[in-house]
Amino acid sequence: MKEYIKKYFILRRHNFEVNVKKAKRSKMCYLFLAPYAILFTMFYIVPVVSSIFLSFTYYNILESPTFVGLQNYISLILEDDIFLTGVKNTFMIAVITGPLGYIMSFLFAWLINEIPRWIRTIAIVVFYAPSIAGNVFVIFSIFFRGDAYGYVNAFLMSWGITDAPILWLTNPTYMLPICMIVILWMSLGTGFLSFVAGLQGIDKSQYEAGYMDGIKNRWQELWFITLPNMKPMLMFGAVMAITQSFGVCDVTMQLCGYPSTDYAARTVVTHLFDYGYSRFEMGYASAIATLLFLIMILCNKAIQSLLRRVGT
Amino acid sequence: MSKKKKNAEVKNKIKILKKRQPNRSRIGDFFVYLFLFLVAVAMVFPLVYAVNSALKPLDELFMFPPKIFAQNPTLDNFSDLFVTMGKSWVTFSRYIFNTVFITFVGTVGHLIIASMGAFVLAKYDFPGGKMFFNLVTVALMFSGYVTAIPNYLIINALGWIDTYWAIIIPSFAAPIGLFLMKQFMEGLPMSLIEAAKIDGASEWTVFMRIVMPNVKPAWLTLIIFQVQGLWNNRASTFIYSEEKKTLVYALQQVQSGGIARTGQAAAVTVIVMIVPIIIFILSESQILETMASSGLKD
Repeated sequence: MKEYIKKYFILRRHNFEVNVKKAKRSKMCYLFLAPYAILFTMFYIVPVVSSIFLSFTYYNILESPTFVGLQNYISLILEDDIFLTGVKNTFMIAVITGPLGYIMSFLFAWLINEIPRWIRTIAIVVFYAPSIAGNVFVIFSIFFRGDAYGYVNAFLMSWGITDAPILWLTNPTYMLPICMIVILWMSLGTGFLSFVAGLQGIDKSQYEAGYMDGIKNRWQELWFITLPNMKPMLMFGAVMAITQSFGVCDVTMQLCGYPSTDYAARTVVTHLFDYGYSRFEMGYASAIATLLFLIMILCNKAIQSLLRRVGT
Repeated sequence: MSKKKKNAEVKNKIKILKKRQPNRSRIGDFFVYLFLFLVAVAMVFPLVYAVNSALKPLDELFMFPPKIFAQNPTLDNFSDLFVTMGKSWVTFSRYIFNTVFITFVGTVGHLIIASMGAFVLAKYDFPGGKMFFNLVTVALMFSGYVTAIPNYLIINALGWIDTYWAIIIPSFAAPIGLFLMKQFMEGLPMSLIEAAKIDGASEWTVFMRIVMPNVKPAWLTLIIFQVQGLWNNRASTFIYSEEKKTLVYALQQVQSGGIARTGQAAAVTVIVMIVPIIIFILSESQILETMASSGLKD
């Protein structure tokens, strides 16, 4: 046993020495990477670490942070009802728009892939445009306006489905579904582009081999040939979808107001905004950020292990 | 199996291969196209509506029942917008300068810095390289909100509050740029780099003369992502002097000017959305070429 441990340490030391030598020889590499690495550390790694640190303190920017232990987390989970509403809403949005947006991205990318080239070019722009069009989604607040002048209300009333205008964006019953529609409208983003590009890159001879082996319809083709080839893109798309669906706040804040009626459209990020920028309770806000970050990483791990099974 | 039967089967298979798209039925295709068309119309409708309301004269904007398409399209809203913006004490051109400056410097800097990092990560094996890249892939998941508060504190400590650098410098480190660039550069043949080295080129020359010209499609992709982020950046937490505000922020101030500014607000929406869309249309094929290598391997 002792010998094994000794050998293990000798091996470790040897590896370390080799690495140091390698590192000395690849000075140039570090030099090239340095500018990016420094900025990345400064604006991505340090913030995450310091956010975790701040989450255990009370900090209001003016006074220096005081250590409060787990107090922030305890009050978040046990005392803050609004936070729990936010968590519930975020999960609702993430569970519905995340997978749906992801599937939509893939479905449309897949369908687009077969149409003639020039139509495809236009179709990609049409599908991708909403996600890069900035805050155009505020247009939806005109469609869903609460009085009879709103398009949806006017339509419903002229068909006699309702006899009074519905307050789409102030009635808690309708707020979340409308936000979800808008988020879905904008969900064909980076992941969609990745899918489109990935589908075009699949080797055609694989399909031909598939026809020989008796693949009969487009669904079999999808499951046995297309999806396994698309795995890396599917992973990338999943990361993008998770980030988007958990980070929802612009849409809900601009459509339903901030704060919204009964906090019915409050999300975790809105809550973070509230405590970080309106109340300046940075420690508390950092606790929210840390929780959000943890949830996102866990979710990502779960989905990656799920995707590994695709096409097998 | 008799020879005849076998022959017939082979012929049948050849027939299948010769069809333009085997495994596709006419009816299925028809429904697919119909479905795609309907969805496309639904997707594009809000955008078309936005453009049309920017073209409507004032009386049409408040017409009831409302019309989707402008009956007498005019550009009045846009000229009104310029008049309004001309009246503010910070001139309109200053806002444009701010945004263009931030977008331009942020994009160029990001392109150079991220490509340099991506080059060594993709082409050389050195201790710590893989780990660093894994960190970057994890960072793809940080939606800006998670790091917003510490970021503010750091920028404050650096004394960059209320300067352009508060927006420009953090944007250099955007993980998506490095990620896409690295994945794309992996496709470059190593022999290309080695050949140049044998001819006596230094690493820097290899990078500037050999690698960068060969990854032009990836440039455009990084540019579109960066422009999209910076152009739409309101930067309201970092910049508070009126003369340093970005165009989008200033425009949204006009937009929130109430019912009298409805037409101008619509014009603002169009201006804000049109720039990223146009850039995307112009660079679509190159972007798709880059995205083909965007996959995450485990």
